[in-house]
Amino acid sequence: MAADSPILEVDGLTLAFGGVLALNGVSFPVAPGSITSVIGPNGAGKTSLFNAISGFYRPRGGSVRVEGRAIDRLHPPERARLGLARTFQNIALFRGMTVLDNIKLGRHAHMRTGLLDALFYFGRARREEMELRREVEERIIDFLEIDHIRKAPVGSLSYGLQKRVELARALAMRPRVLMLDEPVAGMNREETEDMARFILDVREEWGVTVLMVEHDMGMVMDISDHVVVLNFGQVIAQGLPRDVQANPEVIAAYLGSGNVDDLRRRFAADARKVA
Amino acid sequence: MRIASAKESYAADEALFDSAVQRRWFAALLAALVLFPFAADQYWAFLACLAAINVIAATGLNILTGYTGLVSLGQAAFMGVGAYTVALLENRLGTPFFVNLPLAGLAAAAAGTVFGLPSLRVKGLYLAIATIAASFILHFVFANWDSVTNGVRGITVPPATLAGIALDTPFKLYWVIMPVAVLMLLGAANLFRTRVGRAFIAIRDRDISAEVLGIPLLRWKLTSFALASFYAGVAGGLWAYFFRVVTPESFPLILSIFFLAAIIVGGMGTILGGILGAVFMTLVPEVLKLLVGAVAPVWPDAVVLLSPVRTVVFGALIVGFLIFEPQGLAEMWRRTRRAFHLWPFRT
Repeated sequence: MAADSPILEVDGLTLAFGGVLALNGVSFPVAPGSITSVIGPNGAGKTSLFNAISGFYRPRGGSVRVEGRAIDRLHPPERARLGLARTFQNIALFRGMTVLDNIKLGRHAHMRTGLLDALFYFGRARREEMELRREVEERIIDFLEIDHIRKAPVGSLSYGLQKRVELARALAMRPRVLMLDEPVAGMNREETEDMARFILDVREEWGVTVLMVEHDMGMVMDISDHVVVLNFGQVIAQGLPRDVQANPEVIAAYLGSGNVDDLRRRFAADARKVA
Repeated sequence: MRIASAKESYAADEALFDSAVQRRWFAALLAALVLFPFAADQYWAFLACLAAINVIAATGLNILTGYTGLVSLGQAAFMGVGAYTVALLENRLGTPFFVNLPLAGLAAAAAGTVFGLPSLRVKGLYLAIATIAASFILHFVFANWDSVTNGVRGITVPPATLAGIALDTPFKLYWVIMPVAVLMLLGAANLFRTRVGRAFIAIRDRDISAEVLGIPLLRWKLTSFALASFYAGVAGGLWAYFFRVVTPESFPLILSIFFLAAIIVGGMGTILGGILGAVFMTLVPEVLKLLVGAVAPVWPDAVVLLSPVRTVVFGALIVGFLIFEPQGLAEMWRRTRRAFHLWPFRT
């Protein structure tokens, strides 16, 4: 897999809000067909990284390349068209629409229906809508096991189901890189396992590359091929899950150094700061 | 009670009217609309035409404000653009109405696109204020561009003619206004079965994530403005043929507020809401007038005493709706339907 050129490549990405560096020279490759996970403590810059990749933030420096082509000058909708599909940490479903319409919305960038076709619902509009409905039903709704809620308004669904509908919408975007922002946050064990299974199946069945941000270490270590660890906007380690897990710097970032004297000094410093 | 509605194809499931019962009711409604002018007198034909014109304009605003979430107080001004376009075309070129009406819509759409530009930067109340500017600027143009608009004196519009017949009464004009209204409503309903309508709703619900999901905001916000203004322009064109004189005072800011009130009372973001709201707002004052007239024989002072109260009752009805049914008349209709579907069970 390492021999393949990366489908997505983040190169020296630097993002600043005022004087705060949210991302500082972040670089990593995403191999085609891999599941790459970005982990790190809260505030490490994981979601900022996602937002910079999908074009929502303008980075100060560095570059994002999709199959070798720099996409830094592209607007978010154009990046979506290239196949960067994503879900959001705090679920961004459209509450005024049904599950089915939310999923269909994902295909927007790949459809050509214009205003006139739409008003008459004739020719291209009808053809495109019918093709889309069939594909959404047979490939996505069926696959994610959400056929019982297709006509439900999204607001009425449980959190776990909403996450699944978001995944469905991202699949409707014809993704090449599926970016999942905390796909199992707030889920119980069973829902987490379901989601992990869906992610693995998506890769198998659709041949999609997955890039995800996740806090659930169990799941990250189980299903990832490549793990990138961010802390204070910098990559402090990356590699195979087991190598990252053993990396002392990662353990320090997550758990502290394990050195009791060091901990005492930090508490003392904190106490002085508070006083 | 309705047990289930089995569908055998995706096309059947995506249809505008998805059950045989619904299709029959719609056919009955169309038949009623055809028979109506023969049963009604001039006064009710007049009201029906006015209501249909208001329904078109309100539906346009509903696409923009109810579905796309862009508050506009310029709808009446864009109606004015349509009305003046028709007046000018009739007087200077004498083109037939079926050419003039689409052109009126296009002229208004062009104006709407220009005045919609601020929507790319501002939302909500700020956008509402920005669109008031449209009202004032267009009013200024109507009143002061003497060589074209004839200033405050306005323009007299000759009646629309079809096959040599002058459509100069509400009864005759009804046959133009009502079909146009029905077609434009069907068009609006179709819109929300396609990606265009979904893009509008996505922009209303969360414009930022809509963009990340592949929806260019610039294009679709301006499309929404253009379309809403097109509806206003056609409504304005019909208005010109209906009242036969167009002046700068015909399309005041209060009329824009009237349309906004109509879609709020009717139900924002539903096609039915635009219809019910506009009909309600047009007819209720008239119905109240009739009621006052009805008690006049037994209580001679009624007209003097109750006429001012009429306005108060109208206002109270609107406030009552906002408080007790914020989703509007369309939601009441939906609840009633559901009750029938579930009968004899209750929700």
